[in-house]
Amino acid sequence: MQGLDFSVVVPYWDLLLTGAWWTSVLTVSAGALSFAFGILFAVIVLYPPAMLAYPVRAFMWVFMGTPLLLQLFLIYFGLVQIGIDIPALAAGIIGLGLHFAVYNADVIRAGIVAVDVGQTEGARSIGFGKWQALRYVVIPQAIRNTAPPIGGNLIALLKESSIVSVIGIAELVHSAQLAISETFRPFEFYITAAVLYYILNLVLEAALHRFERHVEVSR
Amino acid sequence: MDFSLMSRVFPFFVEAALVTLELTVLALVLGLAAAALAAAARMSRSAILRAVGTVYVSLFRGTPCLIQLFVLYFGGPQIGINLEPFTAGVIGLGLNIGAYMAESIRGAVMAVDRGQTEAARTIGFSRLQTLRRVVLPQAARLMIRPLGVNTVALLKGSALVSTVSVVELTYTAQRFIGSTYKPFEIFGVAALLYMIMVYAVARIVDMLDKRFAII
Repeated sequence: MQGLDFSVVVPYWDLLLTGAWWTSVLTVSAGALSFAFGILFAVIVLYPPAMLAYPVRAFMWVFMGTPLLLQLFLIYFGLVQIGIDIPALAAGIIGLGLHFAVYNADVIRAGIVAVDVGQTEGARSIGFGKWQALRYVVIPQAIRNTAPPIGGNLIALLKESSIVSVIGIAELVHSAQLAISETFRPFEFYITAAVLYYILNLVLEAALHRFERHVEVSR
Repeated sequence: MDFSLMSRVFPFFVEAALVTLELTVLALVLGLAAAALAAAARMSRSAILRAVGTVYVSLFRGTPCLIQLFVLYFGGPQIGINLEPFTAGVIGLGLNIGAYMAESIRGAVMAVDRGQTEAARTIGFSRLQTLRRVVLPQAARLMIRPLGVNTVALLKGSALVSTVSVVELTYTAQRFIGSTYKPFEIFGVAALLYMIMVYAVARIVDMLDKRFAII
């Protein structure tokens, strides 16, 4: 047992901040991917042709039933076996993005179903095509109504992004591990990393809160 | 696909899946206990208890579970806490999910109509009686689904403890990939076992929810 000494963190501060920066980059890019694919999956599952809906449903079912860690391993180590060699960063973004796309799709699907059918009828009667009604009338309302759970998924994504350290992406946990390998001070560095995550989490929560107020419609 | 390999490794994976299940059950018990205490603390009349509950929930929900596990397992020895991987895994997962479950419990209790409490107090129930005989029985039904969602998340999240070398399903998969170089087959078997467990738990939660539904 040795005394705790948080001053060991100081020389590695830049390294940790770089890690936190990459954690943010991962969160934003995987978050954007999960949002876009969330909408795409939701639309495919809800509308014909069923030929497309079945594989997407099956995909969602598998991704909801297995751990993110396993999915990341499969994308990074597994795809090599069939000749697809993805760089770690891309594998991390794709893995996180698809994992949370599935959860977003589930939420957005329910959001689309909950939009009053009169909205579609109204849009159609003023001459919108089927896809136009969906694109300009239904989906925007569905997204707005489901903003809180989608934001919740993004917050979860920020924290879960720590998992991609296992495939060697130089984000916050990985930076901490690097510093620990030189200093043998896991407690100080992991606690510092936790503090940085907590701050990122607070910032993201505040941003989402502002955004939700922005898109909220008074009824 | 090499099916003979899959059938050969299958028995090892079933054993590993049982470890995953054991981890999940133990962490669930710990998590529920922590959650009940934290929820009670957050709703108590004492400002100190409320603060303690809030800090616990906020810290454990505001940081990654992976970091919590690392602090406990790798950082613990520095402050005199030496834990076996399995024990660290159970404690780490349990305390983490406990923070989420505390919010599920609190949400359910707060969702019970205030009029129920007022009516019970009016006919002479004490605070404790009101909680025990009126509020909690109604809240318990509302808790089933959110706690079920937490449990499924815990089961999938238990894969994280492979990083502190607990020999559970994901760790076993990694080890077999190292020796066979067949990631697709190996992950396929592991994914299948996770899905069986996840959807079995989801089914049980569904049944409980239906069984205790009021209407």
